[in-house]
Amino acid sequence: MTISRQDIEKVALLARIRVDDQEVTALEQDLGNILGLVDQLQAADTEATEPMAHPLDAVQRLRPDVVSESDQRAAFQAIAPATENGLYLVPRVIE
Amino acid sequence: MHNKTVAELSRDLESGQVSSVELTRHFLDRIQQQDSQYNSFITVTEEQAMAEAEAADQRRQRGDATPWTGIPFAQKDIFCTRGVRTTCGSKMLEPFVPPYNATVTQRFEDAGAVSLGKTNMDEFAMGSSTESSYFGATTNPWGERRVPGGSSGGSAAAVAARLTPAATATDTGGSIRQPAALCGITGLKPTYGRVSRYGMVAFASSLDQGGTMARTAEDNALMLNVMAGFDPRDSTSVDQPVPDYTADLAQPLNGLRIGLPKEYFTDQLSPAMADAVQSAVREYEALGASVREISLPHANLAIAAYYIIAPAECSANLSRFDGVRYGYRCKNPEDLLDLYTRTRAEGFGSEVKRRIMIGTYALSAGYYDAYYAKAQKVRRLIRQDFIDAFDDVDVIMSPTTPSPAFVQGEKTSDPVTMYLEDIFTISTNLAGLPAMSVPAGMIDGLPVGLQIIGRYFDEARLLNVAHQFQQATDWHLRTPND
Amino acid sequence: MQWDVVIGLEIHVQLATQTKIFSGSSTAYGAEPNTQASAVDLAMPGTLPVANEAAFRYAVMLGLAIEADISRRSVFERKNYFYPDLPKGYQTTQLAQPIVGPGHVDIELADGRQKRIRIHHAHLEEDAGKSLHEDFHGMSGIDLNRAGTPLIEIVTEPDMRSADEAVAFARKLHGIVTSIGICDGNMSQGSMRFDVNVSIRPKGEDKLGTRTETKNLNSFRFMEQAIHQEVERQIDVLTDGGAIVQETRLYDGDTQQSRSMRTKEEANDYRYFPCPDLLPVVIDDAFIAHARQHLPELPDARKARFMTAYGLTDYDAGLLSSGAAMAQLFEDTVKHGKDPKLAANWLLGELSARLNSEDREPANCPVTGAQLGALILRISDGTLSSSGAKKVFEGLWDGEATDVDSLIEARGLRQVSDTAALEQIVDTVLADMGEQIAQYQQADDKKRKKLLGGFMGPLMKASGGQGNPKLFNEILRRKLDR
Repeated sequence: MTISRQDIEKVALLARIRVDDQEVTALEQDLGNILGLVDQLQAADTEATEPMAHPLDAVQRLRPDVVSESDQRAAFQAIAPATENGLYLVPRVIE
Repeated sequence: MHNKTVAELSRDLESGQVSSVELTRHFLDRIQQQDSQYNSFITVTEEQAMAEAEAADQRRQRGDATPWTGIPFAQKDIFCTRGVRTTCGSKMLEPFVPPYNATVTQRFEDAGAVSLGKTNMDEFAMGSSTESSYFGATTNPWGERRVPGGSSGGSAAAVAARLTPAATATDTGGSIRQPAALCGITGLKPTYGRVSRYGMVAFASSLDQGGTMARTAEDNALMLNVMAGFDPRDSTSVDQPVPDYTADLAQPLNGLRIGLPKEYFTDQLSPAMADAVQSAVREYEALGASVREISLPHANLAIAAYYIIAPAECSANLSRFDGVRYGYRCKNPEDLLDLYTRTRAEGFGSEVKRRIMIGTYALSAGYYDAYYAKAQKVRRLIRQDFIDAFDDVDVIMSPTTPSPAFVQGEKTSDPVTMYLEDIFTISTNLAGLPAMSVPAGMIDGLPVGLQIIGRYFDEARLLNVAHQFQQATDWHLRTPND
Repeated sequence: MQWDVVIGLEIHVQLATQTKIFSGSSTAYGAEPNTQASAVDLAMPGTLPVANEAAFRYAVMLGLAIEADISRRSVFERKNYFYPDLPKGYQTTQLAQPIVGPGHVDIELADGRQKRIRIHHAHLEEDAGKSLHEDFHGMSGIDLNRAGTPLIEIVTEPDMRSADEAVAFARKLHGIVTSIGICDGNMSQGSMRFDVNVSIRPKGEDKLGTRTETKNLNSFRFMEQAIHQEVERQIDVLTDGGAIVQETRLYDGDTQQSRSMRTKEEANDYRYFPCPDLLPVVIDDAFIAHARQHLPELPDARKARFMTAYGLTDYDAGLLSSGAAMAQLFEDTVKHGKDPKLAANWLLGELSARLNSEDREPANCPVTGAQLGALILRISDGTLSSSGAKKVFEGLWDGEATDVDSLIEARGLRQVSDTAALEQIVDTVLADMGEQIAQYQQADDKKRKKLLGGFMGPLMKASGGQGNPKLFNEILRRKLDR
């Protein structure tokens, strides 16, 4: 399995990671090798097998609907890169 | 003092032979004097440790001490520590000081343990050599320029160098067992769900599990006594009673059935490593165990399945690092897209980016069934192999790693060679089973580990099996230089 | 050319839980920005979701109300995309295995016929935060209080054929979710938001046309306008020989304009996969039975009851039963005011007019059922004339007083019903009206009825508007009909 430069650019955009041409070239090689490794999977006979998302066959516990959290805005925003009037600031969002 | 185990130090504290302040000072001094050689710590919390030690001594005097009250330990820098920087080995979290504790951290705090600081690790726990840390590589105390393994290489090196009696760690594909083996210490990855993941920075949620590192099995048992247990804040945490893991350590091993997977003992395995495991197995036979060959037919697919599932989960888990609410943010973003793409390009190292991209690719339209769904199915087959094998045996043994510690830089150029480091450890994460690594020999002056895999929630037996081995052998007592 | 319109709806219903779907943060509306955003809601590293029981209870109640299949096993998945109001970089939602399967809602058409609208499924998911676009030096502000609020998204089949049908469905659904108490129904606060999928096709054509999706309509009126506009737009495009582009559109209720969202349709690839931090939710029969037992009365059943128990007309019963708040107002009014017909007249007349003119929901009606009931009692017992009753109602609405009787006293609105006093007034007035009396007495019965009115004006004037008109009438007849 090979992965093309276009694939890498598309994936990088989906993952919101900027890559320059040089990085794309390196990734072409590295990701290609990794995909080569994982392609072994295709040999497995999984016809009658269900996918398994969790190692234990457990089910979700449901939490009672009771407020347990209090306002910690000051503590949380003390570690934020940019805030104003209690809001997180980001470059202008255009819809 | 630093050669003593947690169990011994706990007795010394109890008898008043030593105070936590003295003990803590001693380990802090060792870190200060020696850690420049190893770089096993990212952050040392000297002031806080001394304050905790004083509080622990007072608590002991009040008479409500636990076995851990006043015992110094170190925490992998993946566990969120209130008020103490938690970096996960990444530039992305270089400035991150969480206002909350991981459940594991909280449990040690409640027990009165003294945190010395945060240990080095591969960035976001992705790696097998602790070379991908933004804060520099950690060096194995057993050999100059040797890697300590990873991702919990800082914790392993710190315990091996006796800069701390014990350290917490995490294991997603071998990140406790492989560095434990390479550093000549004892490490345990519990059953998935046994230890809360809350506050443990996620790499691959369905594989990550917090665990223990110390020099002896007994100390691992003492650690697990603190760490294990249900946590209502982690949906995947299991609500099952927690035994006293030290209770069964002394049980004899008569009648223990050991399985050796034939798929792990092939021509590929180096003769030296095969010898080490075989002599360990002979030791077990002498202790009353029986040995048989078993088969894990899908073992050869574990790495492939893992390198789809782990990256897929990580690609989503690491999306929260976007420069908006905490952590690194690129300078002067032009627009929103620039904020995201540059923050993440500058904040993540290359291995993390590779895995995010592989995971993104595997989940993307047109590839999901061929990669992700397929890997999930193979994962079930791998688990079934173990369940079948445990019909006939009580524990499964193998080498922990293919070889002893390699030289720094040897495997960084090709990610795939690095991935193969975890060939023996990865399948237990896929299955969610508990497994240990126990020092079991030396090759060319470097320690190697024996991996012991157990049934679900059978940690007490694993610790018993490891402890009995340590009563009969002294590999775990070997120390690098000094 | 004649066109058929095809409409399908996706409705986001905010569930009226106390806490968020995956954290214990309050969901109360209107708090200061980010004061109800906990570590989990902010996607702080290491934090984990735990699902809220009430969200599932409400989802099951909805399923029962729309006679849908309820999935015994539902699975949360991650929908991956980057947006500043989405802290984790993915939305936790349900895709392949939603909690509520196919169901239906019956609506009443303008001509009285019933029509069945099929529900494709309904799934639980988390709401996003809000981006505030007012200018912070060229930046946007992000408030994450809403992030993690539980939503149930209800997806219909494309079964509606006009804006009227779509609005009838929307109103009916609003009545259902408010009646069973799973949503406060407050549209202006975004508690219910509609996405409208519209396509057109030449009359008689089976194949569906290309559809557009107009997002986030939060009033029935906007929804109606947006559909009309979109249908017009699509007809114009097709008539001009153009083609409809599948796109997402935004409707601005203030300008009554819609526009295509500028979101780069850069292949939205959401990379759904099962959320590894959450386990499958298994709902058992007991859970469903319990929800069924506690399911409040549905609008259709309530309408039938209003007709039989209170003798209301089909039309009045329909209007009063469709929404929970109005139905409650009606029942409270009857409880205190006895006369159901009079209660219905007041609620559908005076009260509804006032709600409409102030654009208020019945849930925010300033007059309570108990007050209106007390008012009706005073009408029935003759204390209030109809004009006096209107004045009292105004007084209650404006908060002049909360008690009907004290308002009547304070404003001097009590009718004079003392026969002796009224007789005296009649005598005085009649003394000056000899001519009219003669005219009356010469008239036939039919004409007399009309002429009687000519005496009422002066009588009411003489009594300062407080004379009981019914009694005046009786006295007049007695005195004149000799």
